[in-house]
Amino acid sequence: MNFRRLLIAAAAALTIGATSARADLVFATDTSAYPPFTSKNAAGEWVGWEYEFMNALCAEMNEKCTMTAIAWDGIIPALLEKKMDGILGSMSITNKRKEVIDFSDMYYNSAAVIIGARNGDMDFSPEHLSGKTIGVQGATIHQNYVDKYYVPKGAVSKAYQKQDEANADLAAGRVDYLMADGVALRDYLMSDEGKACCELKGAVPDDKEVLGYGVGVGLRKEDTALRDKINAAIKSLAARGYFEELTKKYGLDGLMKLPPRG
Amino acid sequence: MNWSWFPEYFPLLLQGIWLTIQLLVLSMVFGLIIAVPVGLVQVTGPRWLGAIARGYCTLMRGTPLLVQLWLLYFGLGSVFASYPEIRQSVFWPVLREGYFYAVLAFSLNEGGYAGEIMRGAFLSVPKGELESARAFGMSPWRVLRRIWLPRAFRNVLPTLAGETVLMLKATPLAATVTVLDIFGVILRVRQNTYLTYEPLLLAAALYMVITLVITQMFARIESRVPSRR
Repeated sequence: MNFRRLLIAAAAALTIGATSARADLVFATDTSAYPPFTSKNAAGEWVGWEYEFMNALCAEMNEKCTMTAIAWDGIIPALLEKKMDGILGSMSITNKRKEVIDFSDMYYNSAAVIIGARNGDMDFSPEHLSGKTIGVQGATIHQNYVDKYYVPKGAVSKAYQKQDEANADLAAGRVDYLMADGVALRDYLMSDEGKACCELKGAVPDDKEVLGYGVGVGLRKEDTALRDKINAAIKSLAARGYFEELTKKYGLDGLMKLPPRG
Repeated sequence: MNWSWFPEYFPLLLQGIWLTIQLLVLSMVFGLIIAVPVGLVQVTGPRWLGAIARGYCTLMRGTPLLVQLWLLYFGLGSVFASYPEIRQSVFWPVLREGYFYAVLAFSLNEGGYAGEIMRGAFLSVPKGELESARAFGMSPWRVLRRIWLPRAFRNVLPTLAGETVLMLKATPLAATVTVLDIFGVILRVRQNTYLTYEPLLLAAALYMVITLVITQMFARIESRVPSRR
């Protein structure tokens, strides 16, 4: 009898704990660190440009928000299965993704670049990279770009679950080049490992169909009210110059295209 | 259910099936090549060699296969990469691929499990048969080749069939080191189509079919090889 009472008490405590800990809105990003946008510090707290943006966005909307981590290749199915309310993890707005989910307005855009071994060979045209191996993170615009422009010319694409695994394999020489977001790779090139092994080759020519229209908050199609609310908040943050301020704080000014102020 | 992606990914899936079969066959063959001496020295001695073999089995069976694979791929692989002599050598195109480390890790692991099985198998052959072989004047090497090894293998064939099925179901780990086996292809389908159930159901069905083929093959071998007890 006592034991049963204990069980009921424990169950009650758990439910109360669970409900009180649940935030109003939950946004998901990649499980692997994606500095300088979203990563966790040594204390296990979220940090980064995008995390700060989320907090500002939610303050603007008067909502309580938390960030959670979901493996990138399953992040869209997780959104559709209602495991969270939105994707706030540097996801580019592309037509292909728009067939499945909806996006808020763009909140930043940056160039897609190719980096490779530090050897002075700066040619990164598809013809020149024939026979070379290019590492990309799976389920990204960069993988699609390599598949469209480089693979037909004879390059081999190698997909990784996480960006940091791809970085490690470039340093180890298991891939010859990496294609990814310019800001994220800049962070890697400034690390000790990145400095020692690799250099920026350059930004690839744009192709909106593949590279998309900048980064937005990924949302379920039916959640139009939330989308409108987020768009309004992005607009008012842009109007008071918040994005420029935040970008300067991270030393990224000039590297990112931000929502227009007007 | 949405299967519209299937025609597009069919050629890649065939390649994935072929890669999975390669991984399985190579790992089992190399694993058994390791397992025979590992099992044998534990029965025959010398004692110090038996102790090493026993330690090897304990190590391989006591640590997760995923950890072994990643230690080899991310650990040993980057040690290799730091030597320009290796990086410039003709072996580098093989040594840089996840495939190599997958076969290596799976073989070493299988060597540990099958080594333990072979130890029991060698013990299970009746002493009288070995003694009468020796009485015929066969050298110890010939006894092993003609009597001991074939009898031992026959006794554990059903167990080895089970081991092969277990190995098959361990091969998806190779997808974590960029190998595009069945599971790697399925992951890519999942990434590109945002579908969860359909590709995973197909993966389950494919592994199931391969398992059935394996058990059928072993059943046929068992019925061909006469066993007298």
